[in-house]
Amino acid sequence: MTTKLFGEPVRRREDARLIAGQGRYLDDLGQHALAAAFVRSPHAHARITGINVDAALEVDGLVAIYTWEDLPPGVAEPLPLLIPHPALTHGRTAYPLARDIVRHVGEPIVMVVAVDRYVAEDVCDLIEVSYEFLKPVVGVEAAVSGAHLVHEDVPDNIGAHLVQEVAAKDGRSAAEAIAAAPHTLSFRLDIERSACMPLEGKGVYARWDADDQSLRVYSSTQTSTSVRMALAAKLGIPLPKVEVIAPDVGGGFGVKIVHPWPEEVLVPWAARLLNRELKWTEDRREHFISSAHERAQVQHVKVGFDDEGRVLGLSVEILHDHGAYTPYGIIVPIITSTQLLGPYKIGAYRVEFSSVYTNTVQVTPYRGAGRPQGVFCMERTMDKIAAFLGKDRTDVRAANFIQPDEFPYDQGMIFQDGRPLIYDSGDYPESLRKLKELIGWDEFPALQEVARAEGRRIGIGIGCYVEGTGVGPYEGGHVQITSDGRVHVSTGLTSQGQGHETVFAQIAATELGVPIERVSVVTGDTRRFGYAVGTFASRAAVMSGNAIALACRKVREKALRVAADALEADPRDLEITDGMVHVVGSPSAAIPLATVAVLSNPLRYAFDEEAKRATQFAGSADMNRPPVAEGEEPGLEGKDYYSPIRSTFASGMHAAIVETDPDTAEIRILRYAVVHDCGKMINPMLVEGQIHGGVAQGVGGALYEKMAYDDHGQLLNASFMDFLMPYATEIPRIETDHLETPSPLNPLGIKGAGEAGVIPVASVIAGAIENAEGFPIDRMPISPSELHELRVRPA
Amino acid sequence: MKPPPFDYHAPVSVAEAVEVLAEAGAHGKVLAGGQSLIPMLNMRLAAPAHLVDINRVAGLGEISAGPDGVRVGALARHSQVERSPDACGTLPLLRQALKLVAHPVIRNRGTVVGSLVHADPSAELPAVLALLGGSVRLASRGGEREVAAADFFTGPLESATRPGELAVSAFFPAWPGGTAFVEVARRHGDFAMAGVAAAVRLDDDLRVAEARVACISVGPAPVVVDLTAACGNRPVASMDWRAVVSAVQERIEPEADIHATAEYRRHLTGVLVERAVRAAADA
Repeated sequence: MTTKLFGEPVRRREDARLIAGQGRYLDDLGQHALAAAFVRSPHAHARITGINVDAALEVDGLVAIYTWEDLPPGVAEPLPLLIPHPALTHGRTAYPLARDIVRHVGEPIVMVVAVDRYVAEDVCDLIEVSYEFLKPVVGVEAAVSGAHLVHEDVPDNIGAHLVQEVAAKDGRSAAEAIAAAPHTLSFRLDIERSACMPLEGKGVYARWDADDQSLRVYSSTQTSTSVRMALAAKLGIPLPKVEVIAPDVGGGFGVKIVHPWPEEVLVPWAARLLNRELKWTEDRREHFISSAHERAQVQHVKVGFDDEGRVLGLSVEILHDHGAYTPYGIIVPIITSTQLLGPYKIGAYRVEFSSVYTNTVQVTPYRGAGRPQGVFCMERTMDKIAAFLGKDRTDVRAANFIQPDEFPYDQGMIFQDGRPLIYDSGDYPESLRKLKELIGWDEFPALQEVARAEGRRIGIGIGCYVEGTGVGPYEGGHVQITSDGRVHVSTGLTSQGQGHETVFAQIAATELGVPIERVSVVTGDTRRFGYAVGTFASRAAVMSGNAIALACRKVREKALRVAADALEADPRDLEITDGMVHVVGSPSAAIPLATVAVLSNPLRYAFDEEAKRATQFAGSADMNRPPVAEGEEPGLEGKDYYSPIRSTFASGMHAAIVETDPDTAEIRILRYAVVHDCGKMINPMLVEGQIHGGVAQGVGGALYEKMAYDDHGQLLNASFMDFLMPYATEIPRIETDHLETPSPLNPLGIKGAGEAGVIPVASVIAGAIENAEGFPIDRMPISPSELHELRVRPA
Repeated sequence: MKPPPFDYHAPVSVAEAVEVLAEAGAHGKVLAGGQSLIPMLNMRLAAPAHLVDINRVAGLGEISAGPDGVRVGALARHSQVERSPDACGTLPLLRQALKLVAHPVIRNRGTVVGSLVHADPSAELPAVLALLGGSVRLASRGGEREVAAADFFTGPLESATRPGELAVSAFFPAWPGGTAFVEVARRHGDFAMAGVAAAVRLDDDLRVAEARVACISVGPAPVVVDLTAACGNRPVASMDWRAVVSAVQERIEPEADIHATAEYRRHLTGVLVERAVRAAADA
C-alpha cells in the first residue's frame, strides 16, 4: 500500500456518506427545535409606520414575536461592516430587523418563533406592517443620477470611489499613453446580476445550555470561527462558552462567507432568551430576496494599442452595483479592478470605480468574486483589438503576455489582501500553446467554412485569466496520533463539498507515511480548532493544506525522536512507511506509530492493554530523566500555522466552439476546452471536478442567469422556475489539460483552484458568438431572444 | 415556503370525491400528480381550504385506445401514456408532446388530465387536445358532462371546470395523417418560449389536403389555426411558407416576459410552424 498520495486521483472519501443521504446538513439537525420565520419587506424602499400583531397572537403554537424594538443593545445595532476600506467613505449595513426603513424587497422586519415552520409562516401571514412608500432606486445609472437616495446621507448613492493608476515605464499616464497610441478604441460593456444559489440555503440552529451558561450554534456557514467571535461579542457571552459548528454544508460559493447574517444573530439570541432550541432554515424564496447577489457592472473602456496589438494604455471606468448595503466592503470591485489585467503586461493602466447603492439585495462575493467581470472587460478588449487590426485573437494575446522569465511580476497595484499584486509564477505562452492544440484553434477556420457552406453558423472564442488565490492572513492545522495508530487532523476553516476530507487526508498520509484509511479530518468545528479565517477566495487547499503539512512535519519529527530512543537509533536514519517507524534499509528494526504514541504519553493509570505499557511501573524508563523531558509535551500531536507573504496566482485559458441557429437564434456549445495551472495538484480528479462545476456556473452566467428586477425593485424571477441555472443537459463535455507551475511561496507549491472554472466563461462564449454572428457581443448573459434582437436591430 | 392549513380528503370513489368537492365548493382543490399544485401551495399562491386527493380513487388510471382515439383517465401519469404502445400507436402526437413535458421525474408523477385542467398556456397537452378537437369529461354530484377543447380552455390557468366538478378523463381523437410537436425552451424541459403542434393530412398526390397547428405560449390559451387554405393544396416542397406563417402570426397574441420579447415569440412561432408542418407531412 502506498502512502505517497499527494498528486494522486484519490476518490472522494466523503461521497459515500453524502450520496447515500447520510450527510448531516443544517436542517437534518434539531428535529425538535422551535422554528423561526420572518416577515420580510414586500417593498423595495419604504418607511415602516406600524406593525400590528393582534390577529397573529391568536394562532395556536405561537411562541414569540420580535421586532427591532425588542432587541437588546448589541443585537439591535447594525450588522458589522466586515472589511472596511479607506475608499468606502459611506459604508452602510442593515439592522438585523429593520428599524424604520426597508431598503430592498426581502429585508427582515419581524421574527416569529413557533412550534414549527408551518405555524410560524401562518403567523407571519397575519402580521400587518404598514408603510409609507419611498422612491426605489434600481440600476447603477439611475443610482448615480442621484435623483433618489437609498440612504438619505449618501449623496448620489456612491458608497465608495477608488482610482488606481499604474504609469507606463516611461512615466506616461494611461490617458497620455492612449492619446499617443497609433490606434484607440472605446466601448461600453454590461454584465447582469446573478447569485451563488447553493443547493442548501443558509440556516442556523442554536442550543443554549442554561446549566453550563454556554451556547452551541450550528450554522451553514463558510466561517464558523468568525461567527463564533461575532456571537460572543454581540451576545456578551465569554468566548470559551460559545461553540460554532459548520455541519455538512450543501454549497456556499461565497454567500455564506458573509456573517453574521441577521438570522445568525437573532436565532441564538432568542434561543437563549427563551431557553429553547431554535432553528431557522432558509427557503429558496428567502435565498433569492434576502441573501446576496453579485456580478452587475457597467464598464466604460478606452484602450490605445500599436500595430502588433500591444496595449499601450488602458482606462476603465466601472459602475458597480452593490445593492442596499455593504457588509463585505468593496472587495468585489477591487478584485475586478486588479484582476482585470490577467496574464498581460500593459503599458499604462487607470481604473476608476464607483460602488453604488440601489434598492436591491446586497452584493457580496460569488465564486469568481469580481474576476468574471474583469476578465470579460480585458478579453473583450483583446478581441476588439484583434478585430480592428485583422489579426488572430490568440496572436494579440500572445503579444501582451508576461513571459515565463519575468516572474515574480509586479503589476504595480494593491490586491484584495492589501498586499502588492505580484504574480509568483506561471507560463502563459505554454498554456496558450496547449489550449490551441486541445481545441484545434488553427484548424477551426476551415471547419467554419464547411459549416457556412451547409448554412450553419459556428464560432470559436477564447479567454485567459489570472486568479489570485490563497489570500491570508492565515490558517492552522492540528494533527494528533492516538495510541490506536489513528491520525486525527483538524483545521478551522469549513467545507461546503469541496472534498477537504480527501485532500487534507492525502496531505497528512503523505507527510506522515500512514495509510489514508487511518486519517480522519474535521473542519469548521470550533471545538476542535479555534483559530481560522474561512473558506473563500480559493484558499482552503493553499492555506489549510500547507498548515496541515507543517503540523504533520512537527508530529513526524517528534515521532522519529521518540522512536529513535526506543530503537536506539539516530532519528536521521529513520523513516515512516505504512504507519511503521523503521531504520532505513532495515525493516526489522521497526516500531508502529501506535506504540510511539503510547511511549510519548507516560501514564499513571491503565485502562487497557495499550495504556498498561505506558504506566510508571511498566519497566524501561530512565530513572535519571523526568517522564516528560524538558521542552517536550505529552502526546504525539502538533499544531502549526501557515501565513503567506501574499497571494499565489493561478491561471488558465478556456476556448469554446458554439453554434447559433440561423432561424431561432438558439445558442449551443459544441465544445469546451480548458487549460488550467494551479501549481502542483494535490488531487487531479478533484481539480477537474472544481473546473467542471465552475464552467457550469460560468455557462449559467453566459447564457442563462439574470436577476430580473423591475423598476419598482421587485425581483421578477425569485424561483428556480424563472431564474435559470443550467441543467446537465445545457453543459457540454469539458475537455481539460493541465500545466503545473509550482508556487514558490508555499511548502507544497500549490495554488487555489476553487473559483477558476467560472472566471472566463462569459468572455469565451461572447467571443464565440461574436465569431459566429459577425457582430459585437458586449452584454452578458445573452438569450436567444436577445441574440435575435441584435440580428434584426444591430447595436 | 410551507402551505397554509387545509383539510385533507382522500376519497376512494368518484362518487365520494364529487360529494366532497360539492361540499367544498369554491374552496376545494383536486390533488392528482401535484406537480403544479404543491409548489403553488408551498409558495402560498393557492390556499384552498379543502384538498381532495384523488390518488386512491378506483378506476381513474385507465388508458384506452381504439380506432376513434385515446381516452386517458385522471390518474394516468404522463410517463404511463408516453410509454403506452396502444395510446401512442393510435396517436403518435401524444408521445411527441409528452417527451417535451418537463423532466422524467415530473412525468412519473404528473398526470395528463391534471395538465389539461391546470390550463397553462405554455403547456403541451392542452395544445394537443385543442389541435385534435378532443374533450374533457367532468363529473359532479349532478352527473357527467363532456366539454369540447374549444370550450374548455377559457384563459391562462383557467378551464371550464366548475367548483364541485372532477375531471375524470380526457379524449384525444385519432388523426388520419401525420403529426409533429416542436418547441424552443430556454433549457431542456422548461416551459417553451414558443411551440407548435401540427397535424397534416396529405392526399394521394402528396398534396396537403388538410393542415392545422396549435401554438403555445403565444396567447391566453392554445391558439389553433386551420392552415388548409393557406397551404393551397400544394405539396410541401412547393408551399408558400410566407403565406402559411403569416396565417398563424396574424392569429397569435404573444406577450413579452423576462425570457423573450413578444416580437421574438412571433418570429419563433413562424419558424416553428414551418418546421412542424414539414415534420408532420413527413411523418
